[in-house]
Amino acid sequence: MKNFQLKAKILAQTRIKDNYWYCELDAAQAAKNALPGQFINIRVSDNFDPFLRRPLSIHGANGARIKILYEVVGKATEILAQKRKGELLDIIGPLGKGFDFRKEGSGGRKPILVDGGMGVAPLVFLAEKLAGAKSQKPKAKTLVLIGARTKEGLLCLKDFKKLGCAVKITTDDGSAGFKGRVSGLLKNLLSTLQPAACSIYACGPQPMLKAVADIANGSRISAQLSLEEHMSCGIGACLGCVVKTQDGLKRVCKEGPVFLAKDLIW
Amino acid sequence: MKTNLAVEIGKLKLKNPVMVASGTFGYAEEFKDFMDLKKLGAIVTKTLTLKPREGNPSPRTCETSAGMLNSIGLENPGLESFIKDKLPFLKKLGIPIIMSVASEEEAQEFLELVSRLSTIEEVAAIELNISCPNVRGKGKLIAQDPEATYKIVQEARKITAKTLITKLSPNVTSIAEIAKSAEAAGSDAISLINTLTGMSIDVEQRKPKIACGIAGLSGPAIRPVAVRMVWEVFNKVRIPVIGMGGIMDVQSALEFIIAGSSAVSIGTANFIDPGISAQIISGLKEYLTRNKIADIKELVGSLKI
Repeated sequence: MKNFQLKAKILAQTRIKDNYWYCELDAAQAAKNALPGQFINIRVSDNFDPFLRRPLSIHGANGARIKILYEVVGKATEILAQKRKGELLDIIGPLGKGFDFRKEGSGGRKPILVDGGMGVAPLVFLAEKLAGAKSQKPKAKTLVLIGARTKEGLLCLKDFKKLGCAVKITTDDGSAGFKGRVSGLLKNLLSTLQPAACSIYACGPQPMLKAVADIANGSRISAQLSLEEHMSCGIGACLGCVVKTQDGLKRVCKEGPVFLAKDLIW
Repeated sequence: MKTNLAVEIGKLKLKNPVMVASGTFGYAEEFKDFMDLKKLGAIVTKTLTLKPREGNPSPRTCETSAGMLNSIGLENPGLESFIKDKLPFLKKLGIPIIMSVASEEEAQEFLELVSRLSTIEEVAAIELNISCPNVRGKGKLIAQDPEATYKIVQEARKITAKTLITKLSPNVTSIAEIAKSAEAAGSDAISLINTLTGMSIDVEQRKPKIACGIAGLSGPAIRPVAVRMVWEVFNKVRIPVIGMGGIMDVQSALEFIIAGSSAVSIGTANFIDPGISAQIISGLKEYLTRNKIADIKELVGSLKI
């Protein structure tokens, strides 16, 4: 897939709540072929501070628009959140390999989306694509499991519901939904489902992904995990973001960020 | 006004003095969407070793003030895979390919690599990377020892007729001394600088941000050091100098040329702005026209002091 470097005009920039922001960019070339799980690499400053680009998951792509959802966690995201509608943003994308969901939704397996924290960003986009797939049988309805530290960290519940997904929630402190980890919820639920009829898509912090991988591998369920690694270039040149797989080292930015759980070596 | 950007490095004829630095451009394919690769003066490949190398553990890179640290550890597919999987794409570009090669552990492997690459027609030149700070050799890098530098360059010189470039480390007391050793041993050119060794610490965890602890610093943060070293080397050797270290734009490329670089390499900037080399090439042309300089060679080492 071809990548583009372009100056994308900001079409919308809104604070959802607390430190969470939603942004829409006019980026026709990058939006056209964007897939859930892919990312854009954003340069927030021209004066080398911060020095590197920041990779952000594509939250949606609609016509010429790319949507992103981000949390202000440091200097780069702070600068990004200060940018206003009409300003231009230097982006590269759509980068990486996204989720492979083509077999789902057509009476195939039941997709289970497992989100931890900001992992919801690409998974809403995936849920959109799954909902768009025709002749979805009721049994194959998408199930979304969302985990957050507290109820304040829960995002996009409405988006998933609007798309017709069944949504279940966990929080570490029990302030909403089940108390505990989203991986624990996944384990419990799988005992009531036919593993062979499910497939897992997960995005979130590394410990969560590791737990999901262990569960999926243990019950021989196909699972696609979107990994996050520190990246310097995002285009496969620096070899900074490699992970170990059964087939040797792979670049998260190029061969990933989505990998099959059974291929990863933790 | 007609301006000339062409330069010569040993037997190598470059249509312009802008190349991309080893380890920052992969084997070029990763950049095909972002610029017309045929515009480049030359491509210096990611360092190749005889056998495949896995490289160092993660995390391997981190951001610093106006720069970054890396400790990749020369991860590369090895000679055979390179010839099979990477060379065909490079060949098609029709621009000079400079093969960066290394082996801190074993001189014999180094020489075998040089000898094998010398038989490949499309290889325009060989850059001896004797200065990678991220491989565990015998404690000291070859480029930190004038005698070891002399020895390896001399051995390589005996077995290749290709243009030979020696890449030096800034982690030395006198870089001009090492450059003179390489020149005396028959190197056709000197390229400098490789990364400066550095360290960055996560204070909450009290751990280094890079798994290996010490790593190589690159980016505009190191540019003044690099420019100074180019100037020192330029004044001590007769062979061409290829300058690099934090070139981000045409101004910084010009600094290196004025300090004595016959050609420049764009490195870390490729990570941030993958099409920047093409902009620098047109910027150089514009500078020559604006200053009524007919030939870029007039600019090399033209520092007024």
